[in-house]
Amino acid sequence: MARIAGVDLPRDKRIEVALTYIYGIGASSAQKILAKTNIDPNTRVRDLTEEEASRLREEIDKNYQVEGDLRREVALNIKRLTEIGTYRGLRHRRGLPVRGQRTRTNARTRKGPKKTVGVRRK
Amino acid sequence: MSRSTKKGPYVHPSLMAKIKALNEKREKRVIKTWSRSSTIFPDMIGHTIAVHDGRKHVPVYITEDMVGHKLGEFVPTRFFRGHGSHTERSTALK
Repeated sequence: MARIAGVDLPRDKRIEVALTYIYGIGASSAQKILAKTNIDPNTRVRDLTEEEASRLREEIDKNYQVEGDLRREVALNIKRLTEIGTYRGLRHRRGLPVRGQRTRTNARTRKGPKKTVGVRRK
Repeated sequence: MSRSTKKGPYVHPSLMAKIKALNEKREKRVIKTWSRSSTIFPDMIGHTIAVHDGRKHVPVYITEDMVGHKLGEFVPTRFFRGHGSHTERSTALK
């Protein structure tokens, strides 16, 4: 069972893809890790040897910030912005896009599912 | 794109001059400025700067955490007053 950084990797995926199941590791860092540890990106997770798995674990532990630590850092950054009263902090608080995107339409990722608002008539 | 590091952070020269003057005299006074794009320097910690929001100057007390941000980030320029309240005029037209 390949367990890296506290995450179970899917057994039937290629290791290159499986690594991206770890929060903080995307396609590009997954490729870099595999190149550095000399593991073929096409090996399936179930075919990984114990030794290869521990090499991966070591590499990720040493050079990458993943999962809980990374989530905490991101949350702290957002908290800092809200606490010092920046515009970006305000946008985080309101759940609106932070980087100047339009909100007249779209922005559904930040705003969540549509809520229709109409003028109430009497 | 972010600003070239070669140039260093931007501060409006006259604002910096005023801060320097206040620091030399060890004095604290509210400084009015229109320069929202000025970066907050460590020299400004503890001062209160009144930043223009398009209509009036809003006082901002500078703390350590704010260093590196721009003055304008702390003073919003848009005020949303809400949609669709019923005034007498709008109901009369229907």
